Amino acid sequence: MTAAVRKAVLSVWEFVVGDDWVIAAGVVLALAATALIAGAHAAAWWVMPVAVVGLLALSLARARAR
Amino acid sequence: MSGTELGLAVSVFLACSVEAVEALTIVLAVGVTRSWSSALYGVGAGVAVLAVIVAALGPALTSLPINTLRVAIGGLLLVFGLQWLRKAVLRAAGLKALHDEQATFAAEREAAQAAGGRAGTGFDGYSFVISFKGVLLEGLEVAFIVLTFGANQHKVGLAAAAAGVAITLVVLGGVAAKAPLARVPENAMKFAVGVMLTSFGTFWGTEGAGASWPGGDAALLVIIPSLLVCSLAMARWLGRNGGARPQAGVVVGDST
Repeated sequence: MTAAVRKAVLSVWEFVVGDDWVIAAGVVLALAATALIAGAHAAAWWVMPVAVVGLLALSLARARAR
Repeated sequence: MSGTELGLAVSVFLACSVEAVEALTIVLAVGVTRSWSSALYGVGAGVAVLAVIVAALGPALTSLPINTLRVAIGGLLLVFGLQWLRKAVLRAAGLKALHDEQATFAAEREAAQAAGGRAGTGFDGYSFVISFKGVLLEGLEVAFIVLTFGANQHKVGLAAAAAGVAITLVVLGGVAAKAPLARVPENAMKFAVGVMLTSFGTFWGTEGAGASWPGGDAALLVIIPSLLVCSLAMARWLGRNGGARPQAGVVVGDST
């Protein structure tokens, strides 16, 4: 039973997070930053594009270094 | 059809085509080697499970408040899109093996021949299970894309139709060729899907988090080409600085 649950959790993790957990963590942080900045009534539309390009470059650099 | 609806249809069509090509290779291998009827039962069962997932989750998703939906879907699309894009860039740069349908077909066929347990012309459990798993695993991500894109624009029907057209075309291509569709430019399609998913994820995630885009929906016309150019530049740079050109090979279960 425990093994089955563990396998299911690992499958979901693999499906959602994939090869590089940094991408998932970075997306969550960038969305939170966008919400915080927008909540302060400042322009926040630029956060996600910058984060996306940065995360892609970071993840590619990590893959290249392996 | 609006620009965002067209983007939805193209993204789902491309993603579904790629996954259908990969599923077709698996089904062809067990069908040719062992049992067509059992393999097709497996396909039917896999498609039925995917249809149930879409039918069950679609209405649930569309009932969520729009900002909650957009931030959740935007975030998930970004995670998926960046994964697709990352792998496509690595393949384009020669740092990851290209998906080779002929090699996958040969490997699946060899495994099917070695599996044994086939008796007479009755039901073949191996063919059923391998086809079912192939269709379900390759289709899950597409079901997810259909749901997220469709729910966010309240166009699950359009997304499902685009997926249906893609599957039909791939199956017809497979029937006509009687072989794996090895000449489909899979990595270029995956590159395009990665760019589209990431762009729409960026757009919706930002709106869901409470920010507004300058120009509204027209911002997508800047986001998509900008991300494409950045991704191509990264692939080019990586190719010149450390691309190792690995051999194309079998990438079973690696749907992106």
